[in-house]
Amino acid sequence: MVSSKDKVVKPYGDSWGDGQVQLSFTLPIPAGPLALEAAKRLALQMGFEGIQVVNMKDLHGFSHFILYGSSRHSVNLDEISVVDAGDEAMTFDEVNSFIEKEIRRKVVVVGACTGTDAHTVGLDAIMNMKGYDGDYGLERYPMIETYNLGSQVPNDILLQKAMEVKADAVLVSQVVTQKNVHIQNLTELIEMAEAEGLRERLIMIVGGPRIDQPLAKELGFDAGFGPGTTARHVSTFVVKELARRI
Amino acid sequence: MGNQLLVLDNEKVQKARQLAQAIAQKVQEDIYRHTTVSVERTVARLFGIDGTNHEDIPLANVVVDQVNRAGFLDRGIAYWIANAVVVLDKSPQEIAQHCARDLHICELSAQDPNRIARVMNTYTDQALTTIAKERQKRETLKQSLGLGEEPLKYVIVASGNIFADVEQAKSAARQGADIIAVIRTTAQSLLDYVPYGTTTEGFGGTYATQANFRVMRQALDEVSEEVGRYIQLVNYCSGLCMPEIAAMGALERLDMMLNDAMYGILFRDINMERTFADQYFSRMINAYAGIIINTGEDNYLTTADALEEAHTVLASNFINEQMGLAAGLQSWQLGLGHAFELDPKMKNGFLYELATAQTIRQIFPDAPLKYMPPTKYMTGDIFMGHVQNAMFNLASVMTGQSIHLLGMLTEAIHTPHLSDRALSLESAQYVMDNARDLENEISFRPDGIIQKRSEAILDQVVDFLQDIEAKGLKRAISEGHFANIRRPQEGGKGGDGVIPKGIDYSNPFMDRMQQELGIQSAPGKGRSW
Repeated sequence: MVSSKDKVVKPYGDSWGDGQVQLSFTLPIPAGPLALEAAKRLALQMGFEGIQVVNMKDLHGFSHFILYGSSRHSVNLDEISVVDAGDEAMTFDEVNSFIEKEIRRKVVVVGACTGTDAHTVGLDAIMNMKGYDGDYGLERYPMIETYNLGSQVPNDILLQKAMEVKADAVLVSQVVTQKNVHIQNLTELIEMAEAEGLRERLIMIVGGPRIDQPLAKELGFDAGFGPGTTARHVSTFVVKELARRI
Repeated sequence: MGNQLLVLDNEKVQKARQLAQAIAQKVQEDIYRHTTVSVERTVARLFGIDGTNHEDIPLANVVVDQVNRAGFLDRGIAYWIANAVVVLDKSPQEIAQHCARDLHICELSAQDPNRIARVMNTYTDQALTTIAKERQKRETLKQSLGLGEEPLKYVIVASGNIFADVEQAKSAARQGADIIAVIRTTAQSLLDYVPYGTTTEGFGGTYATQANFRVMRQALDEVSEEVGRYIQLVNYCSGLCMPEIAAMGALERLDMMLNDAMYGILFRDINMERTFADQYFSRMINAYAGIIINTGEDNYLTTADALEEAHTVLASNFINEQMGLAAGLQSWQLGLGHAFELDPKMKNGFLYELATAQTIRQIFPDAPLKYMPPTKYMTGDIFMGHVQNAMFNLASVMTGQSIHLLGMLTEAIHTPHLSDRALSLESAQYVMDNARDLENEISFRPDGIIQKRSEAILDQVVDFLQDIEAKGLKRAISEGHFANIRRPQEGGKGGDGVIPKGIDYSNPFMDRMQQELGIQSAPGKGRSW
């Protein structure tokens, strides 16, 4: 395999291959010569060369650093394979006409922030009429029927509601991930769905700032959506998956 | 009185206020008819009942649950405890400890009403004296140390461990913070009890407990002396234990409490009757303790659109004001909330933000307004986020806001790192100092975008309040008029903890505070003096 120069990349400051990275962190010691040297050595261990500490600020017992360094590392693009789901997302109109043609009935979606999670901002961005960043939420889709159950919904209530309204898809939002509380909760939901024999009947999706596809799959979900997701991405996945299953 | 940058139609403002008063009055009628398990636990706590049983259930819950199960809570827990005190000649705390074993206080013989009343008075006096002393202490400290310059810089700590929170809070105060809020652990709002003791584990926040309050207040007293200004402490008087948290805050000298009349209903799906009754007693305690409340209207804009729904924030400010006044709060205690939440891509968005902030400022001139930072349009782009927060800081200082919750550049990512807080404080300090007297140098064009926007919002508010007044607040909430969230009138969590008051109901704290605060008591029930 011929490896062209363009295929091996490293961070770009203002010229090809300079490897420039900006970095900031806090050390739990007061600012001073000792903290400065400690910060430099840390950066060295992180793989940077030509380290310049451009700012050190004392935060009363802590010290905050801004520094620049040149990364020693690079990656070969030919050695990476990725699936770019984002590009395949249909538009609002495309999703609706896809449902009309391929599914020929309304698609039912139930969403909730489950467990102890009270943060509905992500779920609302996907489900609310208004949507997010100019991308309408699922409520606005004429061919999608939505039930937004809001925050702190117990897993059993979510599944009960999904059955009651004959949901095609269940959206779970998890924002609070401190001490991995979300993992436990998401695992419980899947186990509960399996125990009740519902797992195969539902398209189960999880979203949140710390969620990605590999994690979602590992936990037994059909898909996981992270930051930057809008309703188009979610609806495209749901309708295509539903069409595939039908 | 702040600057009059806008020309407001005073008749419309007055009209809106009257409508809000009528709305609050109707809700108040229901409030007078009900007590709740949380209100009664508050009375138990104020009688000195503290600690837990062998299953870690707070003794306040043990006693109130016992009387509730027996079906006698409609008389008020005060009566049952006082009766037991007369029979057994023990303190309320000792009686609660016996209840945790085998005592059933409803089975004790009824004692002379005069002796019961004397016992109630004694313990009521004791608690209210302690609260009044803490209030006095706060006044003295505020006077001797002084406060920071408004807008006061408010930051959040949320490590889950109260002892780590203390370190972060002290660090923030040294970097210029004026107010420290300890965010509660997620889901505490739905616990129907208040956990006990100091805690070191939490999710997205730290448990609100009386012991944690004490630890943090003591640390802030120390750092207040060090930095030479009184650092105020905030917690959350919301959820299913509103009045209990208020009582704990009053005893431990918290300075502010998040305390909204409708937040629990809308954002936590708590039963309406429960929330309204709980907020009333909690606000009365806050009023008595000299605590400033912070209302939660900023939250509306996280679910509803900030351009289309700006008037619902102002309408809710009016309602929160009236419900607060009805509970004995003074204008200087009403930290009415609003937020900087417009889409940053919107042309002239900053002008619209100024219009809302200034309108609210002028309508509530004596209220310590609570201004909340952008959250909805904050992304992982922390550089952009830092700029959004700088614009928010500018709007705040230009419109004379009082309590300024600092935006964090990492808002969309995680609970703040120590350095996030430092960067944010630095930015606020810079922007606010740099533009300190800008508001005195400017006026808005009478035919300009800002003035026109303000007029439009005020018109919408009057229409909106008229609609709600006609429907009643409960129905309006059930139809989704606030934050685009619908909550059924009969549904919600904690509804089973609402109890209609019996004709022989008594709550000596409510009576005494109503009297001392000079507020209306329940109709048909004469004032006790």
